[in-house]
Amino acid sequence: MTEEYEYVTDDIEAIVEDYELPESLLHRIYETIEARGGVDLDQADEIAHAIHSRYEDSRVEAHDPVGTVSAQSIGEPGTQMTMNTFHYAGVAEIDVTQGLPRLIELVDARKTPDTPMMTVHLEEEYAENRERAHEVVWQMEATKILALGDISTNVADMIVQVDLNEDTLAERWPTVDSVDTVAQEIAETIEDALGVSTRRSETLIEFGPEEPSYRRLLQLVEELRDIVFKGLEDISRVVIRKEDNEQTDGEEFVLYTEGSAFGDVLSIEGVDASRSTSNNIHEVYRNLGVEAARETIINETMETLKEQGLDDVNIRHLMLVADIMTNRGEIESIGRHGISGSKDSVLARAAFEVTVNHLLDAAVHGEEDDLDGVIENVIVGKPVSIGTGDVALRMGSIEADGGTPEPSDD
Amino acid sequence: MQTPKEIGAIQFGLMDPETYRDMSATKIITADTYDDDGYPIDMGLMDPRLGVIDPGLECRTCGSHSGSCNGHFGHIELAAPVIHVGFTKLIRRLLRSTCRECGRLSLTAEEQDEFRDGLQRNEELGEDWTDVLKSAVRQARKASRCPHCSAPQHDIKHEKPTTYYEVQDVLAGDYSERIASAMQPDPDDEDDSGMSPSELAEESGLDLSRVNEILSGEFRPVGEDRKKLEKALDADLTEEDMNKLMPSDIRDWFEDIPDEDIETLGIDPSRSRPEWMILTVLPVPPVTARPSITLDNGQRSEDDLTHKLVDIIRINQRFMENREAGAPQLIIEDLWELLQYHVTTFVDNEISGTPPARHRSGRPLKTLSQRLKGKEGRFRGSLSGKRVNFSARTVISPDPTLSLNEVGVPERVAREMTQTMNVSERNLDRAQQYVRNGPEGHPGANYVKRPDGRRLKVTEKNCEELAEKIGVGWEVNRHLIDGDIVIFNRQPSLHRMSIMAHEVVVMPYKTFRLNTVVCPPYNADFDGDEMNMHALQTEESRAEARVLMRVQEQLLSPRFGENIIGAIQDHISGTYLLTNGNPEFTETQALDLLRATSIDTLPEPAGESDDGEPYWTGQQLFSELLPDDLNLEFTSSAGDEVVIENGQLISGTIDEDAVGAFGGEVVDTLAKVHSKTRARVFVNEVASLAMRAIMHFGFSIGIDDESIPQAANEQVDEAIASAYDRVQELIEIYEAGELESLPGRTVDETLEMKIMQQLGKARDSAGEIAEDHFADDNPAVVMARSGARGSMLNLTQMAGCVGQQAVRGERINRGYEGRTLSHYQPNDLSAEAHGFVENSYRGGLTPREFFFHAMGGREGLVDTAVRTSKSGYLQRRLINALSELEAQYDGTVRDTSGTVVQFEFGEDGTSPVKVSSSEDNPIDVENIADRIIDAEFDSEAEKEEFLGRKKLPTNISEYAGPGLDKAQNLGVESDD
Repeated sequence: MTEEYEYVTDDIEAIVEDYELPESLLHRIYETIEARGGVDLDQADEIAHAIHSRYEDSRVEAHDPVGTVSAQSIGEPGTQMTMNTFHYAGVAEIDVTQGLPRLIELVDARKTPDTPMMTVHLEEEYAENRERAHEVVWQMEATKILALGDISTNVADMIVQVDLNEDTLAERWPTVDSVDTVAQEIAETIEDALGVSTRRSETLIEFGPEEPSYRRLLQLVEELRDIVFKGLEDISRVVIRKEDNEQTDGEEFVLYTEGSAFGDVLSIEGVDASRSTSNNIHEVYRNLGVEAARETIINETMETLKEQGLDDVNIRHLMLVADIMTNRGEIESIGRHGISGSKDSVLARAAFEVTVNHLLDAAVHGEEDDLDGVIENVIVGKPVSIGTGDVALRMGSIEADGGTPEPSDD
Repeated sequence: MQTPKEIGAIQFGLMDPETYRDMSATKIITADTYDDDGYPIDMGLMDPRLGVIDPGLECRTCGSHSGSCNGHFGHIELAAPVIHVGFTKLIRRLLRSTCRECGRLSLTAEEQDEFRDGLQRNEELGEDWTDVLKSAVRQARKASRCPHCSAPQHDIKHEKPTTYYEVQDVLAGDYSERIASAMQPDPDDEDDSGMSPSELAEESGLDLSRVNEILSGEFRPVGEDRKKLEKALDADLTEEDMNKLMPSDIRDWFEDIPDEDIETLGIDPSRSRPEWMILTVLPVPPVTARPSITLDNGQRSEDDLTHKLVDIIRINQRFMENREAGAPQLIIEDLWELLQYHVTTFVDNEISGTPPARHRSGRPLKTLSQRLKGKEGRFRGSLSGKRVNFSARTVISPDPTLSLNEVGVPERVAREMTQTMNVSERNLDRAQQYVRNGPEGHPGANYVKRPDGRRLKVTEKNCEELAEKIGVGWEVNRHLIDGDIVIFNRQPSLHRMSIMAHEVVVMPYKTFRLNTVVCPPYNADFDGDEMNMHALQTEESRAEARVLMRVQEQLLSPRFGENIIGAIQDHISGTYLLTNGNPEFTETQALDLLRATSIDTLPEPAGESDDGEPYWTGQQLFSELLPDDLNLEFTSSAGDEVVIENGQLISGTIDEDAVGAFGGEVVDTLAKVHSKTRARVFVNEVASLAMRAIMHFGFSIGIDDESIPQAANEQVDEAIASAYDRVQELIEIYEAGELESLPGRTVDETLEMKIMQQLGKARDSAGEIAEDHFADDNPAVVMARSGARGSMLNLTQMAGCVGQQAVRGERINRGYEGRTLSHYQPNDLSAEAHGFVENSYRGGLTPREFFFHAMGGREGLVDTAVRTSKSGYLQRRLINALSELEAQYDGTVRDTSGTVVQFEFGEDGTSPVKVSSSEDNPIDVENIADRIIDAEFDSEAEKEEFLGRKKLPTNISEYAGPGLDKAQNLGVESDD
């Protein structure tokens, strides 16, 4: 390692290495020594010692009740957040649930968020070209019939007429050469979805109920409107935005979607799966695993806090919450249906919510409460095994115990 | 039974009726409580063997008096078994999954093994096993015949809450009519000619004669015959027969279930037998759990549980009498149901579908479940949250002369809260003096304890006498005195800084006094807030409080890793005035500014004025408070560069960013790099200096401070008028149908957004115009710029224009149909019709504007109310989920059962208290190296300290200990 540094000798290295410091700090020490053109061994030792002591100071102390501190650090700013659910986050065009409701949603680990949304980054060749980016958009956005052409209902002949717009077809199916093929495809989709037979001449598609029925006709029109001809049903809208690319320092097109279908989107050609994300933590979990879900929980909570101007909350608190939510390898909510409800201790569960049921079940199953946790010990009136309660303090002088004082480490 | 000293574990299980009888002090047979003389009736509900509540009486079971006797259970022998409501679901599950004949679980041996393994596996993994349980029951229920004794099984119907039926399909009474009608030709189908009896016989494979017998109703086709007929006719010939299962039947059934089988269902047979879920004996809680209250008029008022027990005993007796008298089955069943109802409501009075048992007054009774449940219930109200002694609560008020570590305690409180003194030769004199002062005099004593353990109350009469007796080995409960440590708290306790330890300063009057700089962590103000104080009772807790909980130890917030305590409000205005523009002071003025601080000598004057008088600058005076080795550079909120070199403020204005709470740079650096004690001294002195400074300059705000010249007012009007024009333009474009909608928005939404935008701009420009006309020394401007209080927006609204009022983030749109108020035309889209307030607060609002403003204001109030409850619950859940997590010696984060949650806290083991979330490299390697290489140390000790070889001794008191203390090392020593 010292090869990189001219003035950092093996002796200095040996001295500095003696202090168990993290890699990054070691490097910074070597760089500093290098910048000063070398130091003598005493100085190296002193520097390392001073830095080591400061490093030790900055670490969490053993028995620090980090859980409670983190919970308070997230809960306390909750009182300062807005209840206003809708407000545009980042993208002006897409409404996203924000503030306290969003925070609650995340902590609850809801199966679907109130406003599902994805941020889709594109691979290089697609990201820098608006046309190519649009190709991806057309594959994602749910295309309904109204976007493709006009519908007219002919009551006299009991016929629904769809007049497709050629330009739109050409735009949305850029890879298909002939408009005719596309129109045929659309006609077939209608046939499959509605169970009717269609007649097609150029871009005009006609169909009607088998037997003349006014009700059936209107019903067909209603059903026609819901058919998804292209794209993913869950994604109702896609917005393209030009943003700075952090990696290449250039600009790129980023897609924001209303609605989320993460798994399907990841497999679309042109989507950069490594940077795309969804605000639905369960979708991320299903497609990318717990580690990714954990990361998403951290990012989403941080984003929610940031939006409220509370970005000074230390990210380590959010990490702890995300870690406990994903500790068992799947996403667990915080609360009665998740972590609090699956605690080992009967008393802890009873003290949280649905008191009576927990006690009755415990009786039937013959459970035993070992009184390990915090709440149980508060209940029975014993010191809790956290913080200063976790240390067994022994009073009395060393002489009285018949021992000799231990030599200090340094 | 001996009471254990410490509880090691708690086992849960069901109780055997025999155990109920064994532990019972007496059988209860009469529903009466007290006789005419007011004595409890023997074998009644208030039997003296169940414990005592009246003082002076003796418990007939254990012989101790009320207070030391916890009470003893009694029991009622129920005339017939009844179901325990809490287990109705489990009873149903058991009935469905076990055989009605042999009681075995209706699963084959393989299936049983499989489920048992599944259960065990889930238990080992600490996962929920209810799923396995449910599927086991589902599987067992499928069996139509018992796999063990092949007895046919029937479906069980459960009628909530406590009735069970066995459902059997039997041949319907009108079977012949049903067959006949099924044989008739279908009137809709012309091809169907019906079925003749001979055809039926052929189809079903029965004899024709038998078919005819059946058709005439002479023969009942049961079993196979019925099925054949049903198949041939495609008709249903059965009806359901409901056979009610009495609790005694169920009990008999459950007794047959073998232990191995219930294990598969997740029941622990060693602790709980299923038949125990059906009560034959009812335990009667001791009287101490249901004390009766004597009202003022001498009448006794019984507890709800007692009322319920009275009901149970009465019905129980009637049941027995009727049964002995041989009453008809119908009456017995009615009484049985009634008994079931009373026992049910005794356990839980909030069962859906059952009318709750009510008190005479109509109030529903609070029975066993209700006592445990909910926020005020036993678990959350009494066990997790306990009431304590040695606590006090009163209104708080500010006192800038106190240190932030101190709290002013009213003498009355100090006389009530005591600390235990162990008398030794060293404190004997003091102890005697305390006792001599008695309970009324201030540093007095309330109780003494002799070495033999006897406690004596100190009274005005005996205090002199007692004082003489005090000797080594006694304990004296003395009053709180200056320097004692107490815990201070303000609710809601949202973070750990809501509970901090303070040192006592006993004061006159009746409020707690605190330094204003501790308001931010407590989120306190003085508009009537009350706070709680707790006097600590053990040496261990006092030591912990001093070292860990004292205010100065809590200067840094773990939420964002910066100081949460610092200068606020007037302090900031004060330092701003003192340092902005660097004013000059004469010697008298300078000394006056510093007089409340510990600085007692002035530095070299900065210069001389024209008439030869020396002068000192504001920056210079502020620098006196800084330690000499402080070097800092940062940009203040006012925007100028603040430079501090070697403890001297070279340039820049000291404002919120420098000394404020919530991350003031100077305070933050002192707390992190120097010491908490140094930071405490600094904050105290900055507050004192700032108060002196603001008094020197004078600082007030009145209505004239928000007025702007007429010309400016006209400009504002103009700006607003032009905004109105632009809004009108937008409306015209919209009405012409030419407005282009923004992507993803409707045209209506687009219009709203654009109008909002225009009006927002109008307010901003009004604000800018107003701002231009305010002098820099305008107090409102000073406060806004320095960050002391308020913002430029507040000022804009006072002087320029209040702006658009919003409800749900939109312009005000509600009210009448198509309009907000009847003052406007329907569908008027203009600014003023939708809540734009063009006037300023100073100018005054028109009635309509006022109304809109009130609408916006109301939304804010509702929002706050909803938010507090929601976020309170969120915090409760978070704390409950995370409370067990603790950092370990090896740096991992584990819960109390040892499960690792993080291998390194926050991925790098860095404490959020010591490192701000915005910092990347908390350790300044360069600076450290420079100092070591340049060897800039005044002494070897300083160097040792810098290197971290020698730690600063812990400061434990405002008055004593190392470092900077109030007594300035005058040799005053702490006494405890």
